[in-house]
Amino acid sequence: MATSPDIEIAEHAFQHHFGSMEQQRETATFGMWMFLLTEIMFFGGLFCSYLVYRRSYYQAFVEGSQKMNIILGAVNTAVLICSSLTMAMGVRAAQLGQRKLMVILLLVTILFGFGFLGIKAVEYHEHWTNHEFPGPNFHFETGDPAHPATDPQHTEIYFSLYWAMTGLHALHMVIGVGLVTWLVVAGMRGAFTPEYYNPVENVGLYWHFVDLVWIYLFPLLYLISHKHAG
Amino acid sequence: MHGTPQDNEYTHVVPAKIYVGIWAALMAFTLITVQASFAELGPFNIVIALLIATIKGTLVVLFFMHLRYSPKLTMVAVIASVFWLGILFALTMTDYLSRSWATYGGH
Repeated sequence: MATSPDIEIAEHAFQHHFGSMEQQRETATFGMWMFLLTEIMFFGGLFCSYLVYRRSYYQAFVEGSQKMNIILGAVNTAVLICSSLTMAMGVRAAQLGQRKLMVILLLVTILFGFGFLGIKAVEYHEHWTNHEFPGPNFHFETGDPAHPATDPQHTEIYFSLYWAMTGLHALHMVIGVGLVTWLVVAGMRGAFTPEYYNPVENVGLYWHFVDLVWIYLFPLLYLISHKHAG
Repeated sequence: MHGTPQDNEYTHVVPAKIYVGIWAALMAFTLITVQASFAELGPFNIVIALLIATIKGTLVVLFFMHLRYSPKLTMVAVIASVFWLGILFALTMTDYLSRSWATYGGH
């Protein structure tokens, strides 16, 4: 057993301060979960401000979210779900020692990641040219200008949260694409074995977490005010 | 070296058909939530949207993120974080929701 090349690499990856490979794996995964739980609180602050301001300026938020492109948002949701499938299958291939399959699945995941960012860029461009970016160029028409139903400044708060939340999410996607690229390079060099694939598992956790954030962003920013023209 | 095609000797390997099933469910729920947003349901629009998001999120965490197959400690940590997020929301809203109730000095 000890002469198998896989085991040699795995022994190289084994850190002496752990009692066993299993303990090392569980510790690494739990550490990743701890990081992701701080990420929940990080995004949680933004979700909480969204809750507070949506409650205060409900009508202005409705008008803001009706500027969202639901089709592009839904397509992007689907793209992310597909990327999560290829990521999960990539981790599975790593567990089974199917190196080539793992690399292919991770490359497809990267492709989906770029697809998401590309569609997001189209949406951002649309909002930018429509003056829906908070700041001096922000401009928002709200019905009869003489008797506006809502204050454009309140809709500006909606767009501030929209750009901050989706922007932070997109930044996480960019980092995720970078991490998966690193896995592809390391994987091609044979760094992972069925016994040692912690980095693949942990980047997978990160990728699914970023998908999870979008699962909440999509309904909150795009969908829920759709039928409240009021 | 591998016991069965679905398992290696070190960790639990989730069958591929479970992943594909979860993917299909997530895609279906996405379609449903978009369709539901076009219906006039009053306050239930947001209830349905967040309910579906929570079902989708739970599927992602349990299966794609292997929580179902992880040590109990991980499960405890995840539930604790959801609880802490709840504290953030609840205590913030006790402030904002109760501000209008206050009657200072008998006004």
